[in-house]
Amino acid sequence: MPPIIQVSNLCKYFKNIRAVDGLSFSINEGDVYGFLGQNGAGKSTTIRMLLTLIQPSHGDIEVFGLNLRTHRKEILTRVGAVIERPDLYQYLTAFENISLFARMSGEKISKLKLLEQLEQVGLADRAYSKVKTYSLGMKQRLGIAVALVHNPQLVILDEPTNGLDPQGIADVRNLILRLSKQEKKTVLVSSHLLSEIELIANRMLIVDKGKKMVEGHVQELFDPSAMLVELQVINQEVTVATIEGSIWKSNLQKQQQDVFIFKMAKKEIPALNTYLANHGVEVLSLQQRHSLEDYFLSLTSANQHVQAFAN
Amino acid sequence: MFRLLQIELFKIFKRPRTYISFGAIAAMILIIQLGLKFDGKSYLQLLMSGISDSFIIPYDMILNGYLVAFVILNTLLIQVPLLIALVAGDVVAGEANMGTLRLLVTKPVSRTELMLAKFGASVVYTVLLLIWMAILALFLSMLFFGTNDMLIARNDVMEQISKNDILWRYVAAFGYAAVALSTVAALAFLLSVFADNSIGPIVSTISIVVVLTILSEMKIPLYDNTVKPYLFTSHMLAWKGFFYSKVDNEGEAIRGSIENLPAILRSLGILFSYIILFVTVAIISFRKKDILS
Repeated sequence: MPPIIQVSNLCKYFKNIRAVDGLSFSINEGDVYGFLGQNGAGKSTTIRMLLTLIQPSHGDIEVFGLNLRTHRKEILTRVGAVIERPDLYQYLTAFENISLFARMSGEKISKLKLLEQLEQVGLADRAYSKVKTYSLGMKQRLGIAVALVHNPQLVILDEPTNGLDPQGIADVRNLILRLSKQEKKTVLVSSHLLSEIELIANRMLIVDKGKKMVEGHVQELFDPSAMLVELQVINQEVTVATIEGSIWKSNLQKQQQDVFIFKMAKKEIPALNTYLANHGVEVLSLQQRHSLEDYFLSLTSANQHVQAFAN
Repeated sequence: MFRLLQIELFKIFKRPRTYISFGAIAAMILIIQLGLKFDGKSYLQLLMSGISDSFIIPYDMILNGYLVAFVILNTLLIQVPLLIALVAGDVVAGEANMGTLRLLVTKPVSRTELMLAKFGASVVYTVLLLIWMAILALFLSMLFFGTNDMLIARNDVMEQISKNDILWRYVAAFGYAAVALSTVAALAFLLSVFADNSIGPIVSTISIVVVLTILSEMKIPLYDNTVKPYLFTSHMLAWKGFFYSKVDNEGEAIRGSIENLPAILRSLGILFSYIILFVTVAIISFRKKDILS
């Protein structure tokens, strides 16, 4: 089966700036594909090229096995998208917005169906309120409803959780999972939040400065048995001596004064904690960090920023 | 295409700002009508001061609905381009500013279709504004002031048009004005493509129209044959030509005639050329444009 999206050697230059530099990747049917990178890494530029908002400087994009340049209309009929902010017509109601974009998609959709779509994102009771009275979370949900109204096969969401509160983020996450698992849609979701991608994506691509850093299955890139645990203790010397003669010595990755970093499986954390407590180590704080986060930082130039900030 | 046009019109007429123009035109027309109703004679005396000593002028007959409509059109057709720019300058730039342009462009319609629908909607708005103006300026004036033969002053000569020979001239004049104002709409539309908020194109359109109108009206021999004939503003008021009749050997206006129809048609041709030029450049530019808003 051909990939849903096949991008080959995609480039976009803005004068002397290389926003996207020779990017190649493919997305298969049914994937929830995470597109990860820090702000300015080239995610939005790539997505805009996929949606024909920006013309590539060179490179090829195929969607549903068709060339985007020559089959634009055909492809976009089967694509729904939310691009960064959920900008809609503020002076129109939610119902007017969704019905307007449904008509633009070429679909004849009944009023009942449109209201059902609003119901699915929890906006049915505010269907006839003007969008300018909506909160950011409501606008984001309406944006998603607009993207899905014509039942697209491919859903592209560019930073869909930007500016949302924790409940809003959870709602969007659940919606993406539902689209993938129940409705069997292919979803491309970009984010600079690693934790979000990790929770919803099965495959992902990390980009930095417009270039591909790594692409693959999330499970392959992120080993759950290799979590980083950061301990801060009060009695540093006692801790050093305790660890020195224990089985935990091999797990210790790094020590920086009173902070000790261990690499271990999540289920091992209570045992370490008990061991240290039994040997008189007073633990001030215990934090877990995914190795993927370090992996991400090590791959991207964000690492340089973090180090510069720490220094 | 018709579906897109409907959508664009729906958006235009759902915006409160669209109705500012209709309100402004109604207010201006009613103010002029009210002034002429109560002090029209003084206005005509001022207008005919050169000949009032030689002739007995029947002011009550002259001040009729047709003349009032002509006075209104003469005054307003210079201001209306500003109101047209308010909407036409917003059709693309306003969407870029709201962020809705990127959503529109991701829909399965070609950019050319989208632009044609947007320009089409601007033209429909222009025509509706003119119909509104016609209803108020012509029909309301006919109701308030009655109808009679119409006197028109031209080059110190008064020309009389029979009351049965006027209405078609107004229809033609409004049709011409629709083309003239669509030229302004096309200019605002073109400028709208290059901006991310509507203030720029609106102000730029108004500035260009004002500067070119001044240039068109200035009596500088150097410009008369070199620049002026090619400025669209030089042709915007050619609608008046529909009210100038041919005269017979006795100096009487020939019913149903137009003094210089080829000149009007030439002006129309120039305006259409500008419309085609502005819209074509707008479409080509928009097709190549990266939507970054």
